[in-house]
Amino acid sequence: MSRVLVGVKRVIDYAVKIRVKPDKSGVVTDGVKHSMNPFDEIAVEEAVRMKEKKLASEVIAVTCGPTQAQETLRTALAMGADRAIHVEVAGAEYETLQPLHVAKILAKLSQDEKADIVIVGKQAIDDDSNQTAQMTAALLDWPQAVFASKVEKTDSGLTVTREIDGGLEVIKTKLPAVLSADLRLNEPRYATLPNIMKAKKKPLKKVAAKDLGVDLSPRIKVVSVEDPPVRQGGSILPDVDTLVAKLKEGGHV
Amino acid sequence: MLKRCKFIVHYVSKFNVFEQVRYASQILPQFSAEKYNVKRKNFSNVQAADVSYFQSILGNDRVLTDRDEVLPFNIDWIRNCRGQSQVVLKPKTTQEVSEILAYCNKKRLAVCPQGGNTGLVGGSVPVYDEIVINLMLMDKIITLDEISGALVCEAGCVLENLDNYVRGHNLIMPLDLGAKGSCQIGGNVSTNAGGLRLLRYGNLHGSVLGLEAVKADGTVIDCLRSLKKDNTGYHLKHLFIGSEGTLGIVTKVAIHCPVLPKAATLGFFGIKNFENILELYKSAKSSLGEILSAFEMADNLAITQTVKNLNLPNPISDYPFYALVETHGSNEVHDGEKLSNFLNKEMESGLIMDGTVTSDPAKMQTIWNLRESIAASSLVGGYVFKYDVSIPQKHYYDIVPMLKQRLGDKASAVFGYGHIGDGNIHINISVPQYTKEVVSLIEPFIFEEVSKLKGSISAEHGIGFRKPQFIHYSKEPSALGLMRDLKQLMDPNGILNPYKVLPETN
Ligand SMILES: Cc1cc2nc3c(=O)[nH]c(=O)nc-3n(C[C@H](O)[C@H](O)[C@H](O)COP(=O)(O)OP(=O)(O)OC[C@H]3O[C@@H](n4cnc5c(N)ncnc54)[C@H](O)[C@@H]3O)c2cc1C
Ligand SMILES: Cc1cc2nc3c(=O)[nH]c(=O)nc-3n(C[C@H](O)[C@H](O)[C@H](O)COP(=O)(O)OP(=O)(O)OC[C@H]3O[C@@H](n4cnc5c(N)ncnc54)[C@H](O)[C@@H]3O)c2cc1C
Repeated sequence: MSRVLVGVKRVIDYAVKIRVKPDKSGVVTDGVKHSMNPFDEIAVEEAVRMKEKKLASEVIAVTCGPTQAQETLRTALAMGADRAIHVEVAGAEYETLQPLHVAKILAKLSQDEKADIVIVGKQAIDDDSNQTAQMTAALLDWPQAVFASKVEKTDSGLTVTREIDGGLEVIKTKLPAVLSADLRLNEPRYATLPNIMKAKKKPLKKVAAKDLGVDLSPRIKVVSVEDPPVRQGGSILPDVDTLVAKLKEGGHV
Repeated sequence: MLKRCKFIVHYVSKFNVFEQVRYASQILPQFSAEKYNVKRKNFSNVQAADVSYFQSILGNDRVLTDRDEVLPFNIDWIRNCRGQSQVVLKPKTTQEVSEILAYCNKKRLAVCPQGGNTGLVGGSVPVYDEIVINLMLMDKIITLDEISGALVCEAGCVLENLDNYVRGHNLIMPLDLGAKGSCQIGGNVSTNAGGLRLLRYGNLHGSVLGLEAVKADGTVIDCLRSLKKDNTGYHLKHLFIGSEGTLGIVTKVAIHCPVLPKAATLGFFGIKNFENILELYKSAKSSLGEILSAFEMADNLAITQTVKNLNLPNPISDYPFYALVETHGSNEVHDGEKLSNFLNKEMESGLIMDGTVTSDPAKMQTIWNLRESIAASSLVGGYVFKYDVSIPQKHYYDIVPMLKQRLGDKASAVFGYGHIGDGNIHINISVPQYTKEVVSLIEPFIFEEVSKLKGSISAEHGIGFRKPQFIHYSKEPSALGLMRDLKQLMDPNGILNPYKVLPETN
């Protein structure tokens, strides 16, 4: 049976309206509600289901971030992960934490913990990088099955259905492997009260990034963060002829 | 790719129940006048000259006369009532409302004030050819005082827009209801809407600080103070709160907005029986005290039918009853401690069989959405009778099993849900088809029972067109007499929302 490592990231909750900082250095996070990246919830759900189906022996949730990121780990534990690892990254270092850093951390932990499967969300809804799974696979030199919408256990490994442009692709992979969860992989459960209570008592280990030997110096510089352009208001036209005329005027037809 | 995620997430959490349900049935409802056998009162008929006059005030665009354009303004949200109006007016200013009413009063033309048309008792649509005066274009926010929390705005502002606006200033609207995306503050005031957080923030008689309204003869009554305290003579604003467009048209509102809670948590619990719901409510009041912001209940069928008909996720499995408990507070740590004590205690006592609790905004939205969609879920297929009554909490649920037994297999579903903290239960009865036989089994039975239990036959939706003949179950003759005197004083020609609220005298 396999041991599954799941990466979970604490991001601004998707129901919260995002505000860009006046100096355009990033978005406002102070006093803003955060929760688990929705794609990571799907990843946790899949890992927990593997365990429930007795395909996995243990599910370990990992997060990299400040102290508050432990809440995200507790959520993963309440959903059914067995234990958690908090890789402490705070302050300025956290602000410039990039997918490569996270991938290095996950790769290192996968080896330390002897994981057979790493699952992460296909992307985080804050920076939209979509790189962590791929980089982790490369660093470990493991096969990757990203954008998974269905994962089945087969004798020698996994059969994974991938969401690709214009359709689905089915691939087979041996273990160990790195997976990333797409939207349709499953519908994550709500943590039930007894499990929320139990989660408070599950083991949560703290480690520092440097103890893992990972260099966190930034590789990318954020030049500017801007609001998307404001959508222009629509207008109501009296009839089809006017519409056609307008479309022609705008060079659309 | 992100876009797709956002889209799905949006779909799940803010599923547009209104649109789905509104268009589920393309069959036009029967005319209210025929369905309920109403005689037209002696008002004038709208003439071409009247339309020209309205156009001279509003311009052509804000006077609708095209049949297809007018149709949606004639049909109420639950598609039960249908009027025969031929004219819809969309004023933009109080002055315009005043001119319209002065003219209609002089000409004896009846009018029907309309907000978001989400009212549930047929009050917002005409019965015959009353001219619809829709306030949707009076949607300006006038001022917001961040110190007192007083918001002053025009009556046509949509509740959700106001809430989004004040949230930007760390405040919230004192009321919240399932129809928030469409209903207008003027409509809320005119129906004295209650909603999901009345338990915490009180009703509109408390939070409306002042208002401006236009009387039937066009006189503008300016009570638009935004003071918490103002004991200068009669408290006239209360006449317009809950009078459902029969005493005047509300044009501006000053309302007190409470502070946006820094911490909010929502629990959704499975409960064994109704007695345990009451016990849990008592316990929540004492353990959560000042942070308790909502306590709602739904029976099994209310939830399972909503989940099924609208394809929404149910966060927990099947239970006989469900309770939804929300807290609003100023400190996440303190609130969390109170909540977890409460949860530990009641999990152990068995009052809470299972459940989930979250303070993630998106998850809270999904759970609230399930609760708020119950009202709409039963509109999918068949005909639904909806009742909104207050009953002292001890007997809150009694009426549901009573109705189930009385209706037997004539009803496809009978379920109850509501604001238990306010003693207000909504009862939905779904039948394959509207028949006189079913009606006679339900009415006046349900009102008699509510009256016996010393309840109110309309807790928050009002009397409107559907309930005047039953108002006597909740109002004494002396009170009804004073209501008539007020109507006579303020609208002597009876042009404002006729056939509504006051029963016919005969
Ligand atoms: C899904 C759903 C959930 C609901 N939940 C609740 C709830 O929890 N609590 C609750 O109390 N109600 C609830 N309601 C009913 C509630 O009364 C209305 O949603 C709302 O308050 C009405 O506002 P509106 O702007 O749609 O008014 P309308 O429906 O347009 O009008 C309602 C009445 O007010 C009059 N009126 C409207 N605007 C004015 C005005 N400016 N001046 C004078 N008269 C006016 C109309 O003539 C009519 O009699 C719900 C309705 C729906 C559809
Ligand atoms: C020391 C002191 C402190 C006060 N502090 C406050 C305060 O903090 N806040 C505040 O709002 N007020 C305050 N007041 C004034 C307040 O109005 C009164 O104390 C109280 O509300 C009046 O009650 P009462 O029974 O004495 O009425 P009365 O003084 O007897 O009458 C007051 C008015 O009400 C009428 N009235 C009385 N009873 C009835 C009835 N049953 N039906 C119809 N009309 C009736 C009377 O005709 C009269 O017009 C204070 C007064 C004092 C002396």
